[in-house]
Amino acid sequence: MYNIALLSISDIKTISIIKTYWSMLLLSLGQTMLLTLLSLVFAFIIGLIFGIMNVTKIKPLNFIATVYVDGVRGVPLIVLAYFTYFGIPMFIRSIGFENFRFTALTAGTIALSMNAGAYMAEIFRAGIQSVDKGQMEAARSLGLGYGKSMQKVVLPQAIRTMIPSIINQFIISLKDTSILSVIGFPELTKAGNIIVAINFDVFSVWGIIALMYMIVIVTLSRLAKKIERRVNVGNER
Amino acid sequence: MLETKGEIKILVKNLKKSFGKLEVLKDINTEIRTGEVVVLLGPSGSGKSTFLRCLNRLEDITSGDVYIDGVNVADKRTDLNAVRQNVGMVFQHFNLFPHMNVLANITLAPVELKKMTKEEAERKGMELLKRVGLEEKAGAYPPQLSGGQKQRVAIARALAMNPDIMLFDEPTSALDPEMVGEVLAVMKELANDGMTMVVVTHEIGFAREVASRVIFMDGGYIVEEGTPDEVILNPKETRTIDFLNKVL
Repeated sequence: MYNIALLSISDIKTISIIKTYWSMLLLSLGQTMLLTLLSLVFAFIIGLIFGIMNVTKIKPLNFIATVYVDGVRGVPLIVLAYFTYFGIPMFIRSIGFENFRFTALTAGTIALSMNAGAYMAEIFRAGIQSVDKGQMEAARSLGLGYGKSMQKVVLPQAIRTMIPSIINQFIISLKDTSILSVIGFPELTKAGNIIVAINFDVFSVWGIIALMYMIVIVTLSRLAKKIERRVNVGNER
Repeated sequence: MLETKGEIKILVKNLKKSFGKLEVLKDINTEIRTGEVVVLLGPSGSGKSTFLRCLNRLEDITSGDVYIDGVNVADKRTDLNAVRQNVGMVFQHFNLFPHMNVLANITLAPVELKKMTKEEAERKGMELLKRVGLEEKAGAYPPQLSGGQKQRVAIARALAMNPDIMLFDEPTSALDPEMVGEVLAVMKELANDGMTMVVVTHEIGFAREVASRVIFMDGGYIVEEGTPDEVILNPKETRTIDFLNKVL
C-alpha cells in the first residue's frame, strides 16, 4: 500500500482485468473448490480403508495397503493425471469400448483422490496408532467386535488428533488442482492460461490468480485453526 | 477353609504362551468354580497378567486350552465376542473412553450389542453408578475424575454387560495410595455378592481377606496354590517364601 504511485498503472490494468473476467475467475475458482472437495471426500474414504488395512494384524491387507501407498506416492500427480485422462480411456477403447473417454472432472477427481488418498492413508495410520492400545482392548473385552470398537472407540479419538493433518492435506490438494489444468480441467490456473493468451498481461493475471488462491487458503486455514481449538477444548474435558 | 464346590466356570489345561522366543506361560493347569475369588500373586514377569489376559484371549494362546463355561477360547472358531460378553475385565490403567461421559462409557456395550435398549441401559447404568458410589458423576468425562473414581466407573462399565466372571488386572497398581481402599471396597462387595473373580494384585491384605484361593506364580508356572492361610501364612515353596518376605 505504501508504493501506490508505483503500482497505479498496473492497478488500473488489474482492475480492468477483474472487471472483464470476474465471472470467469469466480466460476473457475468454484471448479477448483468442487474438484478439491470431491477429491477430498474420496480421499478420506480411500485413506480410511487403506489406513485400517495397514494397522490390522492381517499380513496380506498390510501388504496391499503398503503397495498402494508407496505406489501412488511414487508417481508425480501430473503423470497420474495424464495416465488417468489419456492412458486409461485409450486402454478401455482398445478392449472394445469405442468412444470411451473420461471428462476432465472425472479424470481429475480420480487422479487427485488417489494421490490424496495415499497421503490420507498415512494420516489415518498415524492417527489410529496414536490412540492407546488399551482403548481397543477395553472395547474388545466388553464383547464389541473389531469394527464396532474401531468405529465407536478408536476412530473418534484418532480423528481428533488427525484434524490438523487433514486440513493440511486439504490445502495441499487445493493447490494441486492447478496441476490438473494440463488435462484441460477449467479450474483457476486454466482460467489464468486462457486470459493470458488473450491479453498477454502475465504480471496482473498471475498476480490476481495467486492472490485468489492465497485468500481462499488463508481463510480455510484460519477456519481450521478455530475448529482445531474447539476440538481440543472438548478433549480436555 | 471350606468352599462350596460350584460348577466349573474356568478350566485351564496345559496353557502355554510365548511372545516370539520368550515363553511366558510354560504349563498352566487349574480350574475355577462359580463364586470363587482367585487371587494371582507373583513377582513381576511371572506371567500372571498374561495368564489373566489369556482367559478372555486378549492374548493369543500358543497352545493348550482355556474353557469358559465349557467353551474353548483357544479354539480359533470360537465366537470370542460372545464369550467376552460374559467375562468383564478391569485394567490397571482403567482404559475408560475419554470422548464419552461416564454414563455413555457404561451403556456403550449393552446398547451396541443390543442387549438392552438405550433407556434400559441408562437405568441399569445409573444403578451401577449408585452401587459404586458415583451417581453424581454420570455426566462427567473421564479426565475429570480421580484415579479411584475412574476405576470404579471401569468396574461399573464391565458389570453393565451382566458378566458372570470378572477379571481384574492389577486394578489398584496405578492408584494413589489413598484411593486404593475405595476400589478394593467395591471389589469386596462384588465378591460377597457371589461373583466369580480372578484378580491379579499386589494387595496381600485383600488376598487374605477376600480370596477363596491364592495362586502363586513364578517363571511361567503355578508354584503353589491353596487358601490364603495356606499360601500366605504357611507357604511351603521357597520361591513363595522369598516373594512374601519381600512384599510383607
